[in-house]
Amino acid sequence: MTESRQTIIVGSGPAGLTAGIYAARAQLSPLVIEGEPSSTSDQPGGQLMLTTEVENFPGFVQGIMGPELMSAFREQAARFGADYVTAKVSRVDLSSRPFGLWVGDPDTHEPSYEARSLIVATGAQSLMLNLPNEERLLGYGVSTCATCDGFFFRERKIAVVGGGDSAIEEALFLTRFADLVTVIHRRGELRASKVMQQRAFAHSKINFLWNTSVVDVLGETTVSGIRVRDNLSEEESELELAGLFVAIGHQPNTALFKGQLEMEDTGYLRTFDGTRTNVDGVFACGDVQDHRYRQAITAAGSGCMAAIDAERWLEDQQAETR
Amino acid sequence: MSGKIATLSDASFDEHVKASDVPVLVDFWAEWCGPCKMIAPVLEEIASEQEGKLGIAKLNIDDNLDVTRRFDVMSIPTLILFKDGEPAARIVGAKGKAQLLQELAAYL
Repeated sequence: MTESRQTIIVGSGPAGLTAGIYAARAQLSPLVIEGEPSSTSDQPGGQLMLTTEVENFPGFVQGIMGPELMSAFREQAARFGADYVTAKVSRVDLSSRPFGLWVGDPDTHEPSYEARSLIVATGAQSLMLNLPNEERLLGYGVSTCATCDGFFFRERKIAVVGGGDSAIEEALFLTRFADLVTVIHRRGELRASKVMQQRAFAHSKINFLWNTSVVDVLGETTVSGIRVRDNLSEEESELELAGLFVAIGHQPNTALFKGQLEMEDTGYLRTFDGTRTNVDGVFACGDVQDHRYRQAITAAGSGCMAAIDAERWLEDQQAETR
Repeated sequence: MSGKIATLSDASFDEHVKASDVPVLVDFWAEWCGPCKMIAPVLEEIASEQEGKLGIAKLNIDDNLDVTRRFDVMSIPTLILFKDGEPAARIVGAKGKAQLLQELAAYL
């Protein structure tokens, strides 16, 4: 049986859940398809589920834990009548209205859900390096989640790959446990914000390997080292360490919408005039359409915009059919 | 429902997994781990649905370093399935219910 809704929200990070709060308060009784548990930031609660302290979300003077903030978002939307289903959308059909959404088996004739309007808030997930032995050693020294796995590297030597804010945040966090954190960056300077750079440069446990790429991860059952290449001299060498944390950036979770929603070459959804996509009645918010700011607060802000846009669009539709 | 999930410690671990008539899935977790919180409700559902076929237990890694080190847990959540007291399968990272059940199916 296909369940019909005025508004369905796909994704449950700050964007999706803020859209949920606004849509619920607008009496649209939204359904949030929140995703399935995963350790790669494509999951209920979004990327903040993999962080610890969030220091820059307004209103929390002393900071707040990422997972705690997201559970408050979720409860707040539930309080106004948002419903949740813990599942991953496997297929969408945006070619006619109402839109069809499938969870589980994508090949059934009838969709699992029908939506008059759709808010896409599927976010982004961590990129991997795609090294020969990276996946084999994931969870055995290779990690994309410093807050989950940092604990296991007490008094060990580890490396963080990347040069942006998330790489530097991870490096700083990991100094709580590790003896030495080497930041490996393929360029000669960081992309991270000035305040993060200053903290990292001043830290006695952090050192830097500039203009260097990781070629492979070494180790039989757990990581014992990495092979790196100096991008200037092209010389390769090996580095002994116990852990490799990958923080080289993100890719938008848009595979589901290929061929149906307009995207940039990088896969991010295109939005027009607020949060509208190229399909009438489909709105996009949060990191899935934003590679520029990528903050919890900007995601939340655009989630609010998407819910308001969807509400007005639905009103206009009703006015037309009257 | 949560009554069906046993809480293990370094002291009680061996006896619990050896004495069990059914395979025991041990969830290595910690308070500060977001993905661990995500799978907690999934494990509760599985515990009540698979009652009699599968036991589920939790081990807090902060408080129980001996067992954590003994099984080389380096990432959480890690789920290890013990059959006749021996590790038979290992699932690293948070997974959805369907995927967990699929990976466990061969042992149930």
